[in-house]
Amino acid sequence: MDVMPKWAEVVLVPLISLLLAAILSALVILAIGENPWEALKLMVSGALGSTYGWGYTLYYATNFIFTGLAVAVAFHARLFNIGGEGQAALGGLGVGLVCLYIPWPHWSLALLGATLGAALFGAAWAAIPAYLQAKRGSHIVITTIMFNFIAAALLNYVLVNLLRPVGAMDPATARFAESTHLPNLADILGTFGIPFSKAAPANVTFFVAIAACIAVWMLIWRTRLGYEIRSYGHSEPAAKYAGISPVKITMVAMLISGGLAGLMAINNVMGEAERLILNSVEGAGFIGIAVALMGRSHPFGVFLAAILFGFLYQGGAELALWTSIPRELIVVIQALVILFTGALDNMVRMPLERIFLAARKRG
Amino acid sequence: MTPTDNETGRDTGPDTGPETTIQGEYDVDTIHVAPAIELRGISKAFGPVQANKDISIHVAKGTIHGIIGENGAGKSTLMSILYGFYKADAGEILISGKPVTIPDSQAAIAAGIGMVFQHFKLVENFSVLENVVLGAESGALLAPSLSKARRELTSLAKEYELNIDPDALIQDIGVGMQQRVEILKALYRRADILILDEPTGVLTPSEADQLFRILRRLKEEGKTIILITHKLREIMETTDTVSVMRRGEMTATVKTAETSPEELAELMVGRKVLLRVDKTPAKPGPTVLEVRDLNVTDAQGVQRVKGISFDIHAGEVLGIAGVAGNGQSELLEVLGGYETATGTVTVNGEQIDLTGAKSDARSRRERGIAHVPEDRQREGLIMDFHAWENAAFGYHHDEAYRSGLLMNNKAIWQDTEGKMERFDVRPPDPRLAAKNFSGGNQQKIVLAREIERNPELLLIGQPTRGVDIGAIEFIHQQIIALRDQGKAILLVSVELEEILALSDRIAVMFDGQIMGERMASETDERELGLLMAGVTDEKGAA
Repeated sequence: MDVMPKWAEVVLVPLISLLLAAILSALVILAIGENPWEALKLMVSGALGSTYGWGYTLYYATNFIFTGLAVAVAFHARLFNIGGEGQAALGGLGVGLVCLYIPWPHWSLALLGATLGAALFGAAWAAIPAYLQAKRGSHIVITTIMFNFIAAALLNYVLVNLLRPVGAMDPATARFAESTHLPNLADILGTFGIPFSKAAPANVTFFVAIAACIAVWMLIWRTRLGYEIRSYGHSEPAAKYAGISPVKITMVAMLISGGLAGLMAINNVMGEAERLILNSVEGAGFIGIAVALMGRSHPFGVFLAAILFGFLYQGGAELALWTSIPRELIVVIQALVILFTGALDNMVRMPLERIFLAARKRG
Repeated sequence: MTPTDNETGRDTGPDTGPETTIQGEYDVDTIHVAPAIELRGISKAFGPVQANKDISIHVAKGTIHGIIGENGAGKSTLMSILYGFYKADAGEILISGKPVTIPDSQAAIAAGIGMVFQHFKLVENFSVLENVVLGAESGALLAPSLSKARRELTSLAKEYELNIDPDALIQDIGVGMQQRVEILKALYRRADILILDEPTGVLTPSEADQLFRILRRLKEEGKTIILITHKLREIMETTDTVSVMRRGEMTATVKTAETSPEELAELMVGRKVLLRVDKTPAKPGPTVLEVRDLNVTDAQGVQRVKGISFDIHAGEVLGIAGVAGNGQSELLEVLGGYETATGTVTVNGEQIDLTGAKSDARSRRERGIAHVPEDRQREGLIMDFHAWENAAFGYHHDEAYRSGLLMNNKAIWQDTEGKMERFDVRPPDPRLAAKNFSGGNQQKIVLAREIERNPELLLIGQPTRGVDIGAIEFIHQQIIALRDQGKAILLVSVELEEILALSDRIAVMFDGQIMGERMASETDERELGLLMAGVTDEKGAA
């Protein structure tokens, strides 16, 4: 029997972990002579207190949903895809090419094309490590990390030498055509009469991210492919016994994972920057690992964790802007959240299990 | 000679007094010598599972004391407490009448307890001598330890007739010898009490007999031996006293001479059990499986199966006997479709692809080959999946289980409910994860899944390993029922009794070869035991 009820497992454990991380963060802020309570208030008001704040929080969250789902899908096949960063960068290249070289009549069609381009490029970038893992046994953690660097170098080359408009000083592409500009949340909510900040970058991609969450949920828990991915992830010998090909599952799971990471580019490249720049991913690929860990590789969990990290990102930026708390400290806070929700999971779980056990014995 | 040894040991052994009676009945005045081990009220819980409940036991000095019980009855937990791996929640341990605490295995060794594990803990590429010394070196320099150990080993060998070449590498000596090294390790550490956990699991019958001779000899020299096993025969043949465990409790302690296998089985299970399988003679039909010159080489380049050939007919059980690791597992894996091989295999006259694109478990299933794997927890089931998810495992592409790209969860669920009822899986809850079922019920889930496909050929490996006696009966009946429906069955088991009970024909594998084939009705354990040990067979089919 499971020791803890499901709700405690899913809600209580991450909440307590989060609380511990918050307490420790507060101590750190206290130690550098700032007021943690004021800092928290500032973070909350900065990230959630205005539609402008929400616009940024949701924009970051959209990035993290995609990279988080990417890690989660691979993780169901017990593959640790650390390459979200590179796959998202290549996704950006896909989006860039689609937007620059195809004359789109309407943003909705452009979105469709960009989705395909992003997923295809992201998947292709994951395909090589996946093949090396499936056929040659090269460890996917090592290869995907290496591919992050190769992706950065490749993008550097492509932007500087191939896509940079003649005469431009900036290693970036030209701006995308007007017809590919995605409506932001202000536009969308405006049609329903809901006022929203026009300056915030959150855009229609947020809804694509939600759709992706639902699609991943369907894939993992409802399709035969998802069943095979989970089987393989739980036990390779059992998968072989059942006639599930490890090579096929490794390839397919990584392609889907890479594709999801690539989709992030719709948000940051097409939705926000409206051109492809260097380092457009800005570490979101790595945040995705924490998001997937905290979200227990479940799409709904990933969604919530992505919102939390969106909040930390935006709130952190506000802190850096209005207080003397340095930006680096925000990274410390994020690291504490990752540490407590991901790595130190058992620290909270074990005592909690004991409490539940004792309660059950008495009851 | 052996029985005489046993008799003398039992009747005139120096310390074997009246204290070896049923627990609780002995009179304090009659004890002249404190028992080697006394446990008082030992309890141990793992989470909600009570593994040991208030266990008290006396093990008299200089006796062989058997502990018998089904898998999960708590035998191993009890011994782990005694050896310091677990800490008991309650209770006392007394060694030679003195209360002791055993926080770790170092303390157990210091208290004179030696343990021979089911899976040996030896360094393969070290010599016997080095293994014996390992962890008991007398100083920083190795040479003095080794020469001391060499002297000690010679005298031990003389004293207990445990002859062994101290310079042989572990990897070069047989399993029986390796076990002897484990015993020597314990004796070298001055163990007076020797605990052996399922010691015959990996031995041929003759190696097992040898082991029992050694144990009797050790007993004569005044050592106390605790033998943990689930094999009734071993208990009857070797022990003086036997304690029976069931569901974490000690249900009885009796003198072996005053009990019978039937009584012990009943004490273990809690009801009367049929120890034989009722079946009628087979009516073999046409050939279903034809294997010719099958060769399997593993990833390390070692040839595991060496050119074997055999047939199985419809309506018959072919048993493959042999000590574990002689190529049986590879044979099952090849036929099950997840190991490549050379040679020819035909099922109902159609050749099967052994290496190419069509060589996977899915296409085997489509050909009517069902497979109950040897290791159900590693292969047959996904332990974290619900029972209903497991009930479709391997057959999830089946029309009935799918709707387009999606799984038809409702249909699988309903099917699982039916299977659980027909195969008496307890508890009959499709939502429960596989890991939460007992070994027997896990096996029933696998069996229901495979048998209800109505296969032409059923591959079944170790059908009752880790399965409680009550479920063994049921599983055996299901196998025979399938045979009587005219299906071909390939049975692989390391339990010779099981092979003899179920098979119509028996092939013995040794070192990747078939040493001989016998009709089950015309052979016995002795003959099969010889073949299992690799003694060449003049009538040979290899």
